[in-house]
Amino acid sequence: MRARLLLAALGAGLIALPQFSGNYVLSLATLALYFAFTGQAWNVMMGFAGQLSLGHSLFVGLGAYAAAALFVKFGIGPWAGLWLAMAICVAAGAAIGLLAFRFGISGVYFALLTIAFAEFTRIGFDHIGWLGGPGGLFLKVGQRTSWDLADLRGTPAMFYYVMLALTAGAFALCAWLLKSRAGYYWQAIREDEDAARALGINTFRWKLLAVAISAAMTSLAGVFFAFYYNNLFPEQIFHISQSIEIILGPIVGGVGTLFGPILGAVLLTTLADSLTNLVAAMGLDIPGVKQVFYGVILLLVIMFLPNGIWPPIAKRLGLGRKD
Amino acid sequence: MSASLVANVVISGLLTGLVYGLMALGLSVIFGVVRVVNFAHGEMMTVAMYAAVLLFGAFKLDPILAALPVAAVFFVIGYALQAGLINPFITRPEHSQFILLVAVATIITNVMLMVFGPDAHSVQTDYQLDSWAIGQIIVDKSRVYAALCALGTTAGLFAFFRFSRTGTAIRACADNHLGALIVGLDVKHLYALTFGLGAACVAVAGCMMTLLVEVAPSVGPSYTLLGFVIVIVGGLGSMPGALLGGVLIGVSEAMAGLFIDPSAKSMFSFALLIVVLLFRPQGLLGRRT
Amino acid sequence: MALLEIRSLSKSFRGLRAVTRASFEVPEGGLAALIGPNGAGKTTIFNMAAGVYAPDAGEIVFAGNRIDGLRPDQVCAAGVGRTFQVVKPFAGMSVLDNVIVGALRAERRVPEARRLALRILEELNLGAKRDLPASSLTLPDRKRLEVARALATGPRLLLLDEVMAGLRPTECDQMVEVFRELNRDGLTILLIEHVMRAVMALAQQVVVLHHGEIIARGTPAEVVRDPAVLECYLGEETEV
Repeated sequence: MRARLLLAALGAGLIALPQFSGNYVLSLATLALYFAFTGQAWNVMMGFAGQLSLGHSLFVGLGAYAAAALFVKFGIGPWAGLWLAMAICVAAGAAIGLLAFRFGISGVYFALLTIAFAEFTRIGFDHIGWLGGPGGLFLKVGQRTSWDLADLRGTPAMFYYVMLALTAGAFALCAWLLKSRAGYYWQAIREDEDAARALGINTFRWKLLAVAISAAMTSLAGVFFAFYYNNLFPEQIFHISQSIEIILGPIVGGVGTLFGPILGAVLLTTLADSLTNLVAAMGLDIPGVKQVFYGVILLLVIMFLPNGIWPPIAKRLGLGRKD
Repeated sequence: MSASLVANVVISGLLTGLVYGLMALGLSVIFGVVRVVNFAHGEMMTVAMYAAVLLFGAFKLDPILAALPVAAVFFVIGYALQAGLINPFITRPEHSQFILLVAVATIITNVMLMVFGPDAHSVQTDYQLDSWAIGQIIVDKSRVYAALCALGTTAGLFAFFRFSRTGTAIRACADNHLGALIVGLDVKHLYALTFGLGAACVAVAGCMMTLLVEVAPSVGPSYTLLGFVIVIVGGLGSMPGALLGGVLIGVSEAMAGLFIDPSAKSMFSFALLIVVLLFRPQGLLGRRT
Repeated sequence: MALLEIRSLSKSFRGLRAVTRASFEVPEGGLAALIGPNGAGKTTIFNMAAGVYAPDAGEIVFAGNRIDGLRPDQVCAAGVGRTFQVVKPFAGMSVLDNVIVGALRAERRVPEARRLALRILEELNLGAKRDLPASSLTLPDRKRLEVARALATGPRLLLLDEVMAGLRPTECDQMVEVFRELNRDGLTILLIEHVMRAVMALAQQVVVLHHGEIIARGTPAEVVRDPAVLECYLGEETEV
């Protein structure tokens, strides 16, 4: 059908991208995919299970530091490291979820709780000397001409493909989840938790599952972050602005949809980049322009298109509601 | 660690806490009445701080005196913000409201970054370094002035809500939205008025804050979170609670700075927030919504 | 044998006695009605049976097992389905999806649950509307959806909370037919009702509640002539 054809065309284009674009475009595309991936991960918690998290930077940071520490301190590569990263993040997410849901914390209070945990961790990591403290943790920047998938050292194209694989995987996972029992139950919980309980749904357990999946996915973004940027600072990676950047894609694109986070991330990344280039071209160097742009877009979307920009586009393209 | 050192720290924390309390009061009033969680609160305070710094720089205007005009301007802006932007969101789901204000906060913080740059600015009044000595206790003059001002403003606000007709009308709105509408109160106007008042509180608190610390665009989010810690500990929607919470946080932050690492003191506040959110989300003096 | 036993149930809310030592039984395959003036404690009993809150005293036994104090989802898993007095559809989901959520309790896999849901929708005459968003349904259809959803979980006992409220007499009669059929097929039903038309048509047994206490029980004909019931609830001029 239409949807499958469009998807196939998109997929082919994405795979072929490195063939006809330079490193700059590749790095931009990688960034867009990074936010598409993290946005999709966040979407599982918010769009599917209805829990607003403004502290997702916690999982990026924990995942990044876990994998980076294993690599820098013990020489263990990212493919083993990611398991520790996921385990730690699932534990953290489960702890937050357990506390929050047991005590009936939801809505804005839940969001504040996630922020508090992220901030607490940010300042905490500043004090962990073994992981570099405020000065940061650094990975040795490897050679850039060949691919070393085992240690994730390589060309921009390699990183692009890794991120593409992650994003495609996330997309497939979410598509499967949406149609599964989990998808139905999560939507029921989102719509009316009491009615869901009356139908035999253990809402506590299912909400916790959403948090765990979201945390595990986000941890992988952290692992990627560590090996792509090769430096980690608590101030940066756990910062609330990271959490806000993560939610931008899904909110602009469409919370709860499959394509929304991807569309939102791609749009925002390319527009922000154009804006930054425009400002630079005018000879100005103004920090903060990009963030103001994000804020304005977020404001406009939440005011006029609260369901995101994907749903009306999907309608035009004649695609189903859940797409 | 002498007793006098501890006493100094406690008193200093208490005075700072009163200013925190005023800031949190604005947040509490807005939530208590309009039921909006103002995630841009700290950012608003940062703007007020910059205003005080600018006025001082241009006219040598003491922040305490600057508080009045700045508060007046903020009142108008707050009114407009509520009436124009936030009002339609009252009926929308909580998440939407929250994200709306997150967007506003992001814009404010980064516009300030664009205009003022990332470096810190501060105010240097004549009495900045003066202090009084009461036995072994040394009290900074600027801290006392700031605290007195904060107390005065708080008292004024309490009186307004308790004794004036408009104040009573606002309290009625808070208690029962539908009832207020039925009785013929112009709820939209009263909501906007309340937001204006909350903004004015934040403005005064901001001016006072410049006597104590320096301002940079990055302090906005920290103050927002601090405001939430205070308001949740003290009780969302409770005015005395905000003040009590402010003092508590001021003192405990000061103590944490003394006994633990100074840079870790906000960790303590966040841990407290987590504990309170879990075990007593209505705070010390608040009512369960 | 009794499928549901309410034994000496009591519940207070901050000093207000909502239910005081209420006891009654519903036999397997039976159809009983709980009636009484507003505030009598009927929904409180329902909510205790459905796991929304635990009783202060007394027991609720279902199919030989105690279910008082269980969570609502555990009660559902035990075989008790319920509807809500103010209907709670999953507004953003289609009619079919609403029922699938319920059906997923009985069938683990989505394709089977879908088939079950479709079947139940047909039984309740909602088949044609299956792809409409639940929010677009009229009140009678929403009530039907609520029943369909609860039915899809495969309960042995169905608790219906004022399901006839707001329905016109013809709509009420249609619902009565549906419940009669379900009961004939073996479903045990306990309903709270103010619409006497439905109570007289359906109930084999009526329990009357007043100020949290049971003041009468028996067949509809008996209860309707009971002086205590007439005084507190039905009034002298009741036509049935």
